Amino acid sequence: MDFNDTPAEAEYRATARAWLTENASEYRDPPAVPYKLDEFIRRSKAWQLKKHAAGYTGITWPKAMGGQGLGPMQSIIYGQEESRFHAPSGLYSIGLGMCIPTVFSHGSPEVIQRYVPKALVGDEVWCQLFSEPAAGSDLAGIRTKAVKDGEDWIIDGQKVWTSFAHASDFGIVVCRTDPGVPKHKGLTMFIVDMKAPGVEVRGIKQMSGGSDFNEVFFTGVRIKDSHRLGDVGNGWKVALTTLMHERLAVGGKPRHAPGYATLMTLAKGVEAPGGGPAIDAGDVRQRIAASYINDEGIKLTQMRALSALSKGEMPGPEQSISKVVVAKTMQEMAAFALDLAGGDGFVTQGADPELEKLQGSYLWSAGLRIAGGTDEILRNIIAERVLGLPGDLRPDKDQPFNASVAA
Amino acid sequence: MNFDFSDDAKALGEQAAKLFADRAGPAAARKAMADGAADFDAGLWQHIADLGWTAARVPEAHGGLGLSAEEVCKLAEAAGQHLAVVPLVSTLLATEALILAGSPEQQARYLPGVADGSRIIVPAWNEPGAVNPGNIAVRADAGKLTGVKAPVADLPGAHMAVVAVAGADGPSLWLVDLAGAPKGLAVETIETLDLVRRHGRLTLDGVTAEPLGDAGHYQAWLDRAAVILAWEAIGTAVAAMTMTVEYAKTRVAFGQTIGRYQGVKHKCADMFIKIELARAHALHGVAMIDSDGPELRQAASAARVASLDAASFCGEEAVQLHGGIGFTWESDCQFYYRRARTLTAALAPRGWWADRLVRALELRNRAAA
Repeated sequence: MDFNDTPAEAEYRATARAWLTENASEYRDPPAVPYKLDEFIRRSKAWQLKKHAAGYTGITWPKAMGGQGLGPMQSIIYGQEESRFHAPSGLYSIGLGMCIPTVFSHGSPEVIQRYVPKALVGDEVWCQLFSEPAAGSDLAGIRTKAVKDGEDWIIDGQKVWTSFAHASDFGIVVCRTDPGVPKHKGLTMFIVDMKAPGVEVRGIKQMSGGSDFNEVFFTGVRIKDSHRLGDVGNGWKVALTTLMHERLAVGGKPRHAPGYATLMTLAKGVEAPGGGPAIDAGDVRQRIAASYINDEGIKLTQMRALSALSKGEMPGPEQSISKVVVAKTMQEMAAFALDLAGGDGFVTQGADPELEKLQGSYLWSAGLRIAGGTDEILRNIIAERVLGLPGDLRPDKDQPFNASVAA
Repeated sequence: MNFDFSDDAKALGEQAAKLFADRAGPAAARKAMADGAADFDAGLWQHIADLGWTAARVPEAHGGLGLSAEEVCKLAEAAGQHLAVVPLVSTLLATEALILAGSPEQQARYLPGVADGSRIIVPAWNEPGAVNPGNIAVRADAGKLTGVKAPVADLPGAHMAVVAVAGADGPSLWLVDLAGAPKGLAVETIETLDLVRRHGRLTLDGVTAEPLGDAGHYQAWLDRAAVILAWEAIGTAVAAMTMTVEYAKTRVAFGQTIGRYQGVKHKCADMFIKIELARAHALHGVAMIDSDGPELRQAASAARVASLDAASFCGEEAVQLHGGIGFTWESDCQFYYRRARTLTAALAPRGWWADRLVRALELRNRAAA
């Protein structure tokens, strides 16, 4: 056993590292002040163009789609190397990670030709419009409708939790085209122009105070039938292609989120309730150990997946534990650490930067436990797909959507 | 990156699981519980010795196969999963002490018998009243040991013990020949929560013994033993989970199989989560043993804690999810429920290992600073 690259991987890593050293030098340190949206988009576009010219975009995509035709390990290695810098990232992660693979799996040759190249160079930004106020975990319960009007479709409804909708040029949107059939069967996927008349984007203010997502309202938005992805009524299967890519993307602990090491540092500097440094208190040490086991356990579990990918195999089912462990561990650890700091952990005004990070992590983790599959849905997935237990009873499964209780 | 068992180790693990599924498992465990049952399944022991499993880790020069810790851990996992009524894990643990600390003469003298299964050798760490492996009461005086070791797993029927003995620099390792029934030695079987695996009390009253390893060897052995035991615990946890998942697929309540209820299936998912976290750390531990890596102590400590958590949780929830039938004497649930406590008692409690993990991290941080 070892944690080393194969010779081919090592060579790819060395080349990527050398290229980044030369080209990402301005991003060696994080920005002193977070970028404003315009500046973020400008920098993201410039960086994407640079990466594209060097062959570091669409690494796993087929060559016919403008990609590099390489394996997942190369993509992961490039990602690891780029993450040593603070280059603007995120603007394209959903578009290129989820939307465009859906477009090139299900779009017509004309649609692919029109949209894929511009997305890959970063000219056009994409968002994913799936969740709705009444359809989160039960995604197939969406109500945004698309009605045929001649050669066009007319879209009406509301989407929610859409990242970068305000910066996007296009989106993929799943709509109900037939409410008279069971819910999974009446859906169709479309490409929507986010600048079209009738599209309204509003920011959502989260309980954490930030605004990282949007709600998107569609009022009589016209879409050409040529911008349909997949057959009418086949939208659920198309959405599953997209979500398969999401499951690969959402997983590990966010890069800069506090972990067990933060707790250790904090515990050295504060007093235990029973007196003496908190780091020497038995209960604190047990909690540090528990945090380590979860944080590092997930990191090691990901290494098991990388080992499988490196051998050209599929990662095992253990990958499915990642997010459910990470999010709850972040929340528990942050709560414990803030309590340990006493009143200081509670005051946000003028808080020490480490405490501020923990406060942020405490608030953010509440959302992370919901995003990309709630703790409950992920446990269902483990129980049903890994352990083979039967699915939940779903009384609306075979009923026409418009006859079910929810509709 | 190659963070996985080798194909050879996996194949050995599968072979062991298959044999133990036939020759061990709950039915055999139940037989071992009966009054007057033998200390262990001597026929199965001879069979696995013939297959070379007791020789797995013994160097080829001493009649062994010279395999890596990967194979040892795969054997421990299979034994744990099927509750194998043989002193295999104890012997593998003690073998680790012999190859880690034994002089060439000691290895040449004792390991061939370990390899062919004729010498059963067990570690004796526990003492009445002790919870800290750094705080040992058994003393050595001019090559003679005095004190009590209990509970000692698989002591009844063993030929030799690796004993932790107090010393100026901390506890060290000694070898006691049980088979020769030296003067001052008493071995008795004691009752424990585990009704399947025999445990004993070893009383030493000026018993002649030979030094095996110093305090450094003892500490290194604790880490290796923790990794091997973690795999045994993972096996036991997997067995409890598997049994429960199968039951949840067939038991019907309120008109449907209980596995459909989230109250049931989410507990099954939590079993899987705890097992996979333990597996990740235990695999890290194996990698560190075989590469003599610097992260062995933290990996071993984390593996020990995570695997005990998995074994306890799976054992407890197995009874719970089976409902009333799970609480009966006839149900197999009790084997896993009880075995979780055996595993904890085998090598210092969970809390001590959690503390050892944090000490290892503190040392690492200091070294990096």
